[in-house]
Amino acid sequence: MLQEETVIHHHAHHFTSANHEFEAAKQGMWIFLVTEVLMFGGLFVAYGLFRGLYPEMFHEAHQHLAVHMGALNTVVLITSSLTMALSVSSAQKGHKVSSVRYLVLTLILACCFLGVKYFEYSHKFHDGLLPGGFFTNTEIKSPKASLFFSLYFMMTGLHGIHVLIGMGVISWILRRTLRGEFGPSYYTPIELVGLYWHFVDLVWIYLFPLLYLVG
Amino acid sequence: MSNNSAVVQGEDHYLNHSRGLMSWLGTLDHKRIGLMYLFSVLLFFLMGGVFALLIRLELFKWGGHNLVDANTYNKFFTYHGAIMVFLVVIPAIPAALGNFILPIMLGAKDVAFPRLNLASYYIFMTGALFAVLALFLRGADTGWTFYTPYSIRTNTTVLLVLFGAFIAGFSSILTGLNFIVTIHKLRAPGLTWMRLPLFCWALYATSIIQVLATPVLAITLVLLCMERILQIGIFDPKLGGDPILFQHFFWFYSHPAVYIMILPAMGIISEIIPVFSRKPIFGYKAIAYSSFGIALIAFIVWGHHMFVSGQSELANFVFSLLTMFVAVPTGVKVFSWVGTMYRGSIHFNAPMLYAFGFLELFTMGGLTGVFLATLAIDVHLTNTYFVVAHFHYVMVGGTLMGLLAGLHYWFPKMFGRMYSETAAKIGFWLIVIGFNVTFFPQFILGAQGMPRRYWSYLPEFTFLNRISTLGSGLIGVGFIYTAYYFYRGMRSGAKADANPWNAQTLEWKTSSPPPHENFHETPVVTQWPYEYLPEDTSMPANLR
Amino acid sequence: MIQQAFAGSVPLQGTEVAVRWDSLYNFLVGLSIFFFVLVVGSILYFIVSYKHDSKKKTQYITGSHLLEAVWIAVPTLLLMVIFVWGYSVYHAMTQAPSDAYEIRVIGKQWLWTFQYDNGRTTVGEVFVPVNRPVKLVMTSEDVLHGFFIPTFRIKQDVVPGMYSSIWFTATVPGKHQAYCTEYCGTSHSAMLAKVVVLEDHQWKAWNQNKEIGPIPEAGQPLPSKTQVAGTLGKKPLIQNISLVEQGRQVYQSKGCVACHSTDGTNKVGPTHKGLFGTQVELANGKFVLADENYIRNHIEYPQANTVKGYNPVMPTFKGLLTESEMNALIAYMKSLK
Repeated sequence: MLQEETVIHHHAHHFTSANHEFEAAKQGMWIFLVTEVLMFGGLFVAYGLFRGLYPEMFHEAHQHLAVHMGALNTVVLITSSLTMALSVSSAQKGHKVSSVRYLVLTLILACCFLGVKYFEYSHKFHDGLLPGGFFTNTEIKSPKASLFFSLYFMMTGLHGIHVLIGMGVISWILRRTLRGEFGPSYYTPIELVGLYWHFVDLVWIYLFPLLYLVG
Repeated sequence: MSNNSAVVQGEDHYLNHSRGLMSWLGTLDHKRIGLMYLFSVLLFFLMGGVFALLIRLELFKWGGHNLVDANTYNKFFTYHGAIMVFLVVIPAIPAALGNFILPIMLGAKDVAFPRLNLASYYIFMTGALFAVLALFLRGADTGWTFYTPYSIRTNTTVLLVLFGAFIAGFSSILTGLNFIVTIHKLRAPGLTWMRLPLFCWALYATSIIQVLATPVLAITLVLLCMERILQIGIFDPKLGGDPILFQHFFWFYSHPAVYIMILPAMGIISEIIPVFSRKPIFGYKAIAYSSFGIALIAFIVWGHHMFVSGQSELANFVFSLLTMFVAVPTGVKVFSWVGTMYRGSIHFNAPMLYAFGFLELFTMGGLTGVFLATLAIDVHLTNTYFVVAHFHYVMVGGTLMGLLAGLHYWFPKMFGRMYSETAAKIGFWLIVIGFNVTFFPQFILGAQGMPRRYWSYLPEFTFLNRISTLGSGLIGVGFIYTAYYFYRGMRSGAKADANPWNAQTLEWKTSSPPPHENFHETPVVTQWPYEYLPEDTSMPANLR
Repeated sequence: MIQQAFAGSVPLQGTEVAVRWDSLYNFLVGLSIFFFVLVVGSILYFIVSYKHDSKKKTQYITGSHLLEAVWIAVPTLLLMVIFVWGYSVYHAMTQAPSDAYEIRVIGKQWLWTFQYDNGRTTVGEVFVPVNRPVKLVMTSEDVLHGFFIPTFRIKQDVVPGMYSSIWFTATVPGKHQAYCTEYCGTSHSAMLAKVVVLEDHQWKAWNQNKEIGPIPEAGQPLPSKTQVAGTLGKKPLIQNISLVEQGRQVYQSKGCVACHSTDGTNKVGPTHKGLFGTQVELANGKFVLADENYIRNHIEYPQANTVKGYNPVMPTFKGLLTESEMNALIAYMKSLK
């Protein structure tokens, strides 16, 4: 259902037009995502280095990750990216109700993702597959296997924090959408949150094969 | 004289636009945020400076136990380094002066994201708070480089300092992001890229480094925190990790960070020299592009900090070769600045004196940098006082001289009043002479083999250390005096014209101090900012 | 003292590499002076020539491609020369000949230990032959350290969990100062060592555990007897100095001073001033009398004898001190009233 355009957004005084402001905000978001890539980049470099040093250990250790759970989470996140994109496009068209519906769906999927992660983590805790000094598992024969789980927890942990932050900002734009603050003439925040959420999804698309599959 | 001088009096400007503490703490005005950064940075500079003087006092006599015990001394140099690097030199020019000047130079009303700008300030202060909090607990004794595994094992509160630096890093990232978008999107009509003042070019290159390098520091510090909390072992050889990986990560940020510190200072010098020589800048494009050359090379030379760390000979070969190329764009800048003075009409106001100071000290710092880039030479000199002297010549001689040059240059714009030119000359000589007396002997100490971070040293190094300590006292006096005459200038200096230096960048086209929205009418740019014609040699400030 | 400070900006040349290093260093110093004078000289000249004069006009110049090309090309060429030269000297520094005499080095907070092929171990002093390549294979027991011998112009970080090495052919007999150059905590600046370069006959004698006599500082004549440091072989060698003085030298050379003081201040470990004959409370709550047996026991089994209020960080010196060195050391500690 199409809604009346009731949104009146005043662009900030230092911009010449709403579009000028939107372009600036979008450029800022892209630069922010570049910094995020570099932040995760440090972890990927550490992963690559230790994998190069201890390939057998990585192979043995990765068999202790639950591939089916990781795969499920991949599907969950990709779907949530789709619902996020649909929500953004609904907002652009001024379809408030469907925008809200898709945002709620995205939130639910994000919760599913964290739920699955919770089960995975608690299983690892139970098996003593913990980072570094807390590693107590005796099944893995290769030495230094604790390093693999240090990297596993650091990488998925940092990603998990990003998911949590994502849920926070999605809730925030959900609230703003419900208040009717967005419409075809102003939808910058929802567009930016969408970009961020796709990035979070993309990081997982790299994490899943690196940790669960090719180990 | 300037046509605006009469109007300034009683006019609404950014300082009196609104009043009360909250109008500052909650301000979105980039000028006020810039000033808040400036005063915070100066406060931290005072703290870092006190630690520097304590270090020098301890080293006045050989053998240790002159002032404090070894553990306390180790905390002193850690605090001096960490405060000066993370809380002073990195934010000093971009976050303080850049925030104030950049939007006005671009003819904009504010930075692209004013709220983010204010948030950056509070993020910075939160980070600083954590780091300073550690002071009152067990301190930190790792050196500002936090090398593993010592930083994992020490029982000091290094965790808080790491966390503080991690948080302050986001302030740096967000400021860089803000500046990039501002430069892209908020230039005044007619301000094409090739008409952009060189300070803006320098800040642009700096911002790129801030945005690309700082996240790597962030993740490195997170990993190090996790080493201490969760024993993840990535940097800990006892758990299979690699302590040298930490150095790679650390320097991947911290080498580019050196250019975060120096590029903005170079930008300031590029503004000041044409104004006070009354001549167009020599080689505008070369100076602008060389900033990017430096920024680019900055990312591929980090390994020159690690020639004796145990990395491979091939890595040393490559890093040494690449490092040599840093000297080329740097040389281009220095020669272009000197070339600008040729057949000019040179005025000797404090900004120009500090530009001379910059050229002298930075040239020394740069040339000794070539020593350290040369593989064999570095093996003997690294981790000695030679390195300490080198980076102080670059950081203090470069960044701090640039900051002081910029502070004097924009002082009338910021506060609407003039500082005392005579006092500034005295302060300048105190600082420059004090600086050379402090740090030149350290080159010799290093070449003779005195290692850095030594609480006690052998008796043969006494004489030069003593001279160095005396020099540091002179610098201290110079800075206290400078703070004093700045304060006097702010309180009771002569009223400044809109354009006391007869300069051409946009910040001088608005009143001093500027109005809340910087310009009453959006300026239109019709020429490049260095159009100094042959007869245009006078300067209102010097005609009084 | 002033003469001493400026006697030479670099230490004496203790190896062939040091000679090559100095040539390159002097070249760089010369080049730097040239460019410094060029830049600062031009500035001074322009300041004098083009000082503001309201009657004079400036010249409108915005650049010169020719000059820019020159000041890009010339420094680039010079830098390449410096790089190649620097690399060739570095290569000579790092490529140890295969017949080099190997000594294993262990850095730990805050001592250097050296192990030799013949099974001997020394602390704080490493004995090497003159004019023969020597390779130090180094590792650390705890944190990063750095081994630096200024007179040889070489330095290398010592990293836990891996081996790093340096090599040299010492050409000047005598004692050369070595430092720890990678910050390693409290007593970093006391983590010193001496590289004792022995002449052929001394090296032979040392290898056979025979007397080698006092060794002077490199490049200096043998000092008077009170300053003779404790370069001891297996047996007490220096008859004409007191046992207390011998003990003081052992106390210095074995690195006791890194953690203990003799002036009453407590460092990493408690002071030794006035220790002898008092009751000491150990970490396990026991009280013991600080007599000869306690001191010996503590030096050999420090972990079992940690003093209350201190961390159990002292390494064992069992097997690292001869009986005569132990006697001298105890005599010295007895004298610290």
